[in-house]
Amino acid sequence: MSAAQWRKAMNAGAQAQAWPRQRRVAVAPAAPAAPPTTEPNAPAWLRWLSQRVSARHVVVMAFVLIYPWVATPFFTFQIGGQSLVLGLIALSLTFLGGYGGMISLAQMTVAGIAGYMVAIFGTSSMPEISLGWPWWVVVPLALAIATVCGALIGWLSVRTEGIYTIMITLAIGVAFHYLMQQNYSLFNGWQGFQRVLTPQVLGIDWRAPIPYYYLALFWALAGYFLVQYLVRTPFGIALQGIRDNPRRMNALGFNVTAHRVVAYAVAGLIAAVGGVLLVWYNGLITPGSVGTSWLINILIIAVLGGMRHPIGPFLGAIVFVLLQNFAIDVFDRERFNLVIGAMFLAIVLFSPDGLLGLWQRLRARLAAGDAQSRLSTPRPSRRFVKGGSQP
Amino acid sequence: MSRFWRWFWGLAIGGPLAVFAVWALATNERLFFVTLLNGLTLAALYFIVASGFTLVFGLMRNVNLAHGSLYLLGGYLGYVVAERTGWYLLAVATGFAGAALVGLAMQVTIFRFMQGQDLRQTMVTIALSIIIADLLLWTFGGQVHQLSPPDWLDGPLRGLPVINAYSKFRLALLPLGIAIGVALWLFLNRTRVGMLIRAGVDDRGMLSASGVNVNLVFAVTFLIGAGLAGFGGVIGAVELSMVPGEDVRLLLASLIVVIVGGMGSVVGAAVGAAILGVAETFGLAYAPTYSVVFTFVILVLVLAFRPRGILGRPA
Repeated sequence: MSAAQWRKAMNAGAQAQAWPRQRRVAVAPAAPAAPPTTEPNAPAWLRWLSQRVSARHVVVMAFVLIYPWVATPFFTFQIGGQSLVLGLIALSLTFLGGYGGMISLAQMTVAGIAGYMVAIFGTSSMPEISLGWPWWVVVPLALAIATVCGALIGWLSVRTEGIYTIMITLAIGVAFHYLMQQNYSLFNGWQGFQRVLTPQVLGIDWRAPIPYYYLALFWALAGYFLVQYLVRTPFGIALQGIRDNPRRMNALGFNVTAHRVVAYAVAGLIAAVGGVLLVWYNGLITPGSVGTSWLINILIIAVLGGMRHPIGPFLGAIVFVLLQNFAIDVFDRERFNLVIGAMFLAIVLFSPDGLLGLWQRLRARLAAGDAQSRLSTPRPSRRFVKGGSQP
Repeated sequence: MSRFWRWFWGLAIGGPLAVFAVWALATNERLFFVTLLNGLTLAALYFIVASGFTLVFGLMRNVNLAHGSLYLLGGYLGYVVAERTGWYLLAVATGFAGAALVGLAMQVTIFRFMQGQDLRQTMVTIALSIIIADLLLWTFGGQVHQLSPPDWLDGPLRGLPVINAYSKFRLALLPLGIAIGVALWLFLNRTRVGMLIRAGVDDRGMLSASGVNVNLVFAVTFLIGAGLAGFGGVIGAVELSMVPGEDVRLLLASLIVVIVGGMGSVVGAAVGAAILGVAETFGLAYAPTYSVVFTFVILVLVLAFRPRGILGRPA
């Protein structure tokens, strides 16, 4: 091994991970250790709860629960429901990118596979293709197939490292889009599947705004807590170790490839749940739903919110959906891509950690300002003394 | 890989291909040769576009996902010039220069300040590709633009054996692709700048330490890489057509060409382009609704056996 190769090998991990590396602190996300206010003889679960849950969490939780009862159906369904579902899909990317250091552009493809499976096994406007099976067969089947596909995409792309991942997953995603567009016998080509109806379970129409919102909220919360839980398990810790330095983890005896593929499978499952919800939201699936612009939109959502914490993608999704619905009133309706592209560029250039990074910087500055003002409180008195001595 | 396995896989992949070739020749000789020529001429276009991509990637580790947009930009610029002046060669030059200047501007104003941050650079290129694509859509609209070939390359060439007639323009692409490949090879291997670029591909840090202005080398590389995309755009404007969405198609082609051929290698890009172009046209001719599957199978096979690409070296 020549000197240059050796030096490169030693730096490979550090260089390739220059960006995610700053995120090491993310292991313990901002859960300020609240002082145990409960009685010392309170049950264990209550103490655990009081340590983990701060007032901020309660406020956010209460807000998302009450929201549909104060918002109009449009805001409940189009803004609330869509943000939750897109956030869930982007969450899978945040998990992969933020904790695994692998930016996959194929997460929307996995979601799209789940959506297509729902349309093919379930009911749609194409009875000659759709099999019309009941939802409790269709949904688990769709989730299983999409998860396996997600793991396969992962298995393919982890064979190479770092920046190559983004290229390979983009190639896979775009190729899948073209396949959907070309193939008529199984995927019904350009038109895709229309009228993919949400099932009626327990006598509730799950496509109505409020039930749909709570359905999406339930799965979004499930995904959020799954990620929160996973990153603290030995698996999650090992994954973050691999993100920071795969060579070292390999030397320590961890199976780097297996950890990465499992991470892809978990992300695939999350994306698949999002995909099923998305096809129910739209009521249709077409090649356009898995086109390049959507592959990239998921990345934009994840980066916009910030990949340091699983709340990021949901923040990003809210901003994205609001922009999609309202920014175009200010500009031309056709120029949405220009707005979102410019916004993405600005975020990447000026705040690589997204809105969460902005928020943290703001808080740090406020805290610094606070500390400074506290330090400077004696100053007036000194000035007063000085001023007093002048006349 | 042992000798046995090499033979095994050679037969497993080559056998069906040979059987297919014999079957296709026996049933319809003309279709086979026309498809082969179509594939090779498409490969020439893919090579021209992808060689720029691989050059930029090899030197700067910058996955320029705006490469497809530069291709489309070059195509539209060439179209405008050709419509106004009627000089095809001027159109080609404009396409090259326009894309090269935009690429240079990207390098000088943005990427220079993000040295070594691969992921961030890639995201910037994604953002730029969205912006450029939308600006082009704004300016030129969504309808199909097609550039007509110059008079001296218009129409078919008659009197060929087996296939009778074939488009002159497409046929001319074959020598053009080879000429550009040879020129690139000569440039990289026989000139001083090429030497600097190759040294940069191997070890950026050392090149900089030897007193070379690496930023200048980067700028030159980006200029050439982006220019090749624009150049390909003007050719593609005749051979294919220009419509929003073509940028993604060529980006996909470039990605697959460099993944299959090996990143940062011009010869690898030629190999990858030949494989992709031929596979795609044969897929379209013989199994229209599944042609992308072939592309995909190639990608999977190469990644499974040679994760760095056919001619790739460890980064």
